[in-house]
Amino acid sequence: MNFAATLRIALLALRVNKMRSALTMLGIIIGVAAVIVMIAVGGGAQARVEDQIRSLGSNIIMVLSGSMTSGGARGGAGSQPTISEDDAYAIGREIEEIQAAAPTLRGNGQVVFGNTNWSTVFYGITPDYLEVREWAVIEGRGFEPAEMNGAGKVALIGQTVARNLFGDASPIDQVIRVRKVPLTVIGVLDRKGQSMTGQDQDDILLMPISTARKRVLGAAMAKSRSVSSIMVKVRQGQDMSAADQRMRELLRQRHRLQPGQDDDFFVRNLSEILQAQEASSKVMALLLAAVASVSLLVGGIGIMNIMLVSVTERTREIGLRMAVGARGRDILTQFLVEAVTLSLIGGAIGILLGVGGAMAVAELAGWRTELSGASIVLAAGFAGAVGIFFGYYPARKASRLLPIEALRYE
Amino acid sequence: MAGTLIRVEQLAKEYRMGSNVVPALQGVSLEIQAGEFVAVMGPSGSGKSTFMNLLGCLDHPSGGSYWLDGEEVSQLSGDELAQVRNRKLGFVFQHFNLLARTSALDNVGLPLLYSHMPLHERRQQAERRLQQVGLAERMDHHPAQLSGGQQQRVAIARALVNNPQLVLADEPTGALDSRTSIEIMALLQQLNREGITIVVVTHEHDVASFAGRIINFRDGRVIQDHANQAADAAAMLA
Repeated sequence: MNFAATLRIALLALRVNKMRSALTMLGIIIGVAAVIVMIAVGGGAQARVEDQIRSLGSNIIMVLSGSMTSGGARGGAGSQPTISEDDAYAIGREIEEIQAAAPTLRGNGQVVFGNTNWSTVFYGITPDYLEVREWAVIEGRGFEPAEMNGAGKVALIGQTVARNLFGDASPIDQVIRVRKVPLTVIGVLDRKGQSMTGQDQDDILLMPISTARKRVLGAAMAKSRSVSSIMVKVRQGQDMSAADQRMRELLRQRHRLQPGQDDDFFVRNLSEILQAQEASSKVMALLLAAVASVSLLVGGIGIMNIMLVSVTERTREIGLRMAVGARGRDILTQFLVEAVTLSLIGGAIGILLGVGGAMAVAELAGWRTELSGASIVLAAGFAGAVGIFFGYYPARKASRLLPIEALRYE
Repeated sequence: MAGTLIRVEQLAKEYRMGSNVVPALQGVSLEIQAGEFVAVMGPSGSGKSTFMNLLGCLDHPSGGSYWLDGEEVSQLSGDELAQVRNRKLGFVFQHFNLLARTSALDNVGLPLLYSHMPLHERRQQAERRLQQVGLAERMDHHPAQLSGGQQQRVAIARALVNNPQLVLADEPTGALDSRTSIEIMALLQQLNREGITIVVVTHEHDVASFAGRIINFRDGRVIQDHANQAADAAAMLA
């Protein structure tokens, strides 16, 4: 008996009892739709968290100066100026996984404008800094090369600084003083919000690194090339740990450290946060799978139930088919195909409903949802597997009937 | 067409009812030649239905041998018996056993489905058989849209569609009124004249009277086996 004929018989049998077929499918429909909606919502939530982490810089590695021990007291990271601007340029130049390496000089102090003042953090930066942090200037302009090289008396300010010094007025072209050095505000940075540790990232002032070194931070720094930290951005899709490793090797080499000697710098990145996030999304996926398998299980039991009823009802039909030459396995195939058809049609409707449902959730609840092709394939595959698994027992029962008893069945 | 179609020797069948063993058939031996029209008679419990099931390869005998068309079939497996039924036998039942909500054409073509015949050939064969039983006009009708006599004609067409060597009819007129019964018997007689071997199981003498040979069963044994001057059903209708 060929497959097309079997499928035709199955569809006919399902059409004969339309209402019952529809109700039987309902379990599968709900199960599959639930799987798809939940995976879409879960995927959306995960994508949102990932975006947040990315905006905070999951692909950013911080290189800090090493610690200095003086008189038995070990200083913290950065207490000894071991890394230099040139380290940063070397990293950016020599390691291909790295998109940009931005050296920064950090300081803090009072910023004064007219009769108002505000204490903030300032950074001496190179243009790479804005690239690394994916930070845009939304008002005014960025630094020009001449200002960069020539210690130009210019500054970019964050939103918090702008609000506290200028209120609603435009800060562009106003002159502020940082540690008594007059700087012209040439631009305002886009809003960044809070960092992961709760700091206000918009409470910031940026100036060219040469300005910070020669004019603002004072004599101690003026002659040195050392920097507070280097902020490194790893290229999209590159392996963080490989980049980390190569960067350490490069710095050890540049600092002429012998094997066995400790690093004279610290490297920090956010990969721990990513790992924690991955772990939590695995738990979430497991939870979804559990809920999905329960609903598909219930749907499958519904199919088994109805197939058993169907086998009983159609005992005479089975007997007749056997009398005219159907073998046990023909009957088995027929009922199995019927069960699988039922579950696959249910699965298909469930997929449509699930996709629609995910869209409705996005539209009505405003949640971000992420429909994945994999979840649809998974749901369809599961529906088919449920049909085979729960259809097998009734089908086998049908195939084991004895023809004379089946024919005589009232 | 001559030759022995059926030969049974010491054919026996017993059923288990709990701890009791009920003998339904106790050593039946007979032969049926190709082209015969045989009526198997007997009261209920006489073993005639058991005999019929064994002839139809629907059941395994408990003892004895059965040669159908020269092939020993009493030792075959379930699947092999299904093949034998599919290739060599046609069945007509008392209650027609047609598939509901399925056209007459598809009902008739059903046995060919299990001999892997392509759809269009199946349709052709089924059409030819429906014409043969006089239902060419009603091929697309469902059983519910047909009278009892017409349904039994569809069932006969189905029994013929695989060119069987033997048609077994179990009380073929049991659910029909007397005139329709005669019509059905006329059809069977006509098919027999065209060379098909027919075995009818019945408890009605009227029905048996159309057969050329009558075998009487009682208590699982053949008590009488004689030739009969068959009545002509077609003539009775005229």
